[in-house]
Amino acid sequence: MTRLQPQSGPLPHAEPTGASAPFWAGCASGELRYQRCRACAAVTSPPVETCRECLSADLAWEVSAGTGTVYSWTVVHRPATAAFAAVPYAPAIVDVAEGFQLLTNLVDVAPEDITAGMPVAVRFVATADGPTLPYFAPAPASPEETLP
Amino acid sequence: MPGSSRRAAIVGVANTAQARRLEGATSRGLAVGAALAALDDAGLTLDDVDGISGDATAAALLYDLRLGPAWLGRQFGIQAVTEAVHAVEAGEADVVLVVAAEAGAYTDRSATAPWTRPENEFVVPFGLFTAAEFALVARRHMITYGTTPEQLARVAATIRTNGSTTPGAVYAGRGPVTVEDVLASRMVADPFHLLDCSMTSEGGCALVIAATDRAADTASTPVHVLGSGSDHAGPAYRHPPAWDLAGRRGGPVLGRIGERAVGRAFAQAGLDRADVDVLELYDPFSFEVIRQLEAFGFCGPGEGGPYVDDGHIGLTGRTPVTTDGGTMAFSHAGAAPQMFQRVVRGVQQLRGDAGPNQVPDARVALCSGGGAGALFTTVVLLGTEVP
Ligand SMILES: [Zn+2]
Repeated sequence: MTRLQPQSGPLPHAEPTGASAPFWAGCASGELRYQRCRACAAVTSPPVETCRECLSADLAWEVSAGTGTVYSWTVVHRPATAAFAAVPYAPAIVDVAEGFQLLTNLVDVAPEDITAGMPVAVRFVATADGPTLPYFAPAPASPEETLP
Repeated sequence: MPGSSRRAAIVGVANTAQARRLEGATSRGLAVGAALAALDDAGLTLDDVDGISGDATAAALLYDLRLGPAWLGRQFGIQAVTEAVHAVEAGEADVVLVVAAEAGAYTDRSATAPWTRPENEFVVPFGLFTAAEFALVARRHMITYGTTPEQLARVAATIRTNGSTTPGAVYAGRGPVTVEDVLASRMVADPFHLLDCSMTSEGGCALVIAATDRAADTASTPVHVLGSGSDHAGPAYRHPPAWDLAGRRGGPVLGRIGERAVGRAFAQAGLDRADVDVLELYDPFSFEVIRQLEAFGFCGPGEGGPYVDDGHIGLTGRTPVTTDGGTMAFSHAGAAPQMFQRVVRGVQQLRGDAGPNQVPDARVALCSGGGAGALFTTVVLLGTEVP
């Protein structure tokens, strides 16, 4: 089967809240941001106002390297709304390397080639009239692996 | 309550007609019809009712039916039933109607239930909807335990076949459904084929809950609420439904949500799994039944697929499941009615009113609502007698 493509039309989206605005601003500038608690070092995403571990409000934004592995996924053949015209598409939960999970779509991979634990890397895609979304695609092979 | 030994029982139940579309029907009209039918089943009238619950329309129904002043419930699904039981047992009301109905919700002809479409900023742009949410949970179980699409299909085939022999089911009379039928239906959200998923439909239902001193006068055999429990992990459809989502106290992760709730229910009842004759499990998607069998302790972690393969969920098996066809074949009529319908069916089984799919000598039923994909699971244990 052909490789999964990002959606190209306008997508339903919600306005960022106060806590989440830096996340979406990061996506627009090519950074996958997440929060780390300055009090207890716990990592959290999606954004919160207070640490889910120790309740501190002293949260710092950090930038992820944008790599991770596939935790779970599905391939949707019948979308909930017509806005998702690029069918099939693959909602997934990715374990991001810094220690949080992100809901995303997998792209640039054939549905039958998706496997549990597959290395993936973030790929930012600007949507029409909406936010830039952090999709994930198979990670490029590491330098050691490309040596002859 | 201190010193209170008052008990409540379910003394009447009713389903309205159920169909993919009930032409000309309104939610209010169906709700009134369901309420009157359940009261008739109980041998009571509106004049006896001093409490109502069901869904967000309950207050309006209270006004329209001139029930006030009356107790008003605010809970959802199975918890609305247990909330009503608790209100009666606490002495806040004597006879409570639990009623809900839905018609006209699918006017945009969408294939998914409107109340399940996520609007959260981290979910909605990625095309999530219930089938995809529950598929993410199912996939993680398949990764971890090797559960197969055939085992999922076995659940769907079993429940759909139950629906085909249930009078009044939306898909009554359609004939048996096989594993091959399920696997041959088109893919919706891998691993869920169309026949792994609940339908969309319209209809209503109602239950009457009364103090047992009132129940002595009612027409039907009272069914007792022996125990109940509720597990929630957060708001539905806003966070990744990760199997391993955990809370700060430890305890079961999201993938086993309901384990704590069912443990509480059995402890209240003084019963255990072996005492249960029939499982009226909420069946939004085939895998959710396998998950509940494990979380509720009818088999070990990861053993749900083989348990289903061994035939234990069939009508003649160890634990018959969802004997009227559930949301796959009986009806999936709105957010609240579909949850109450598991309890209605449990009552029918314990009263011997379950028709062709009656489980012989059923005395204890476990009914459930919710699901890991929606971050909650609620349960109620019903019995023909108080232990
Ligand atoms: Zn902290």
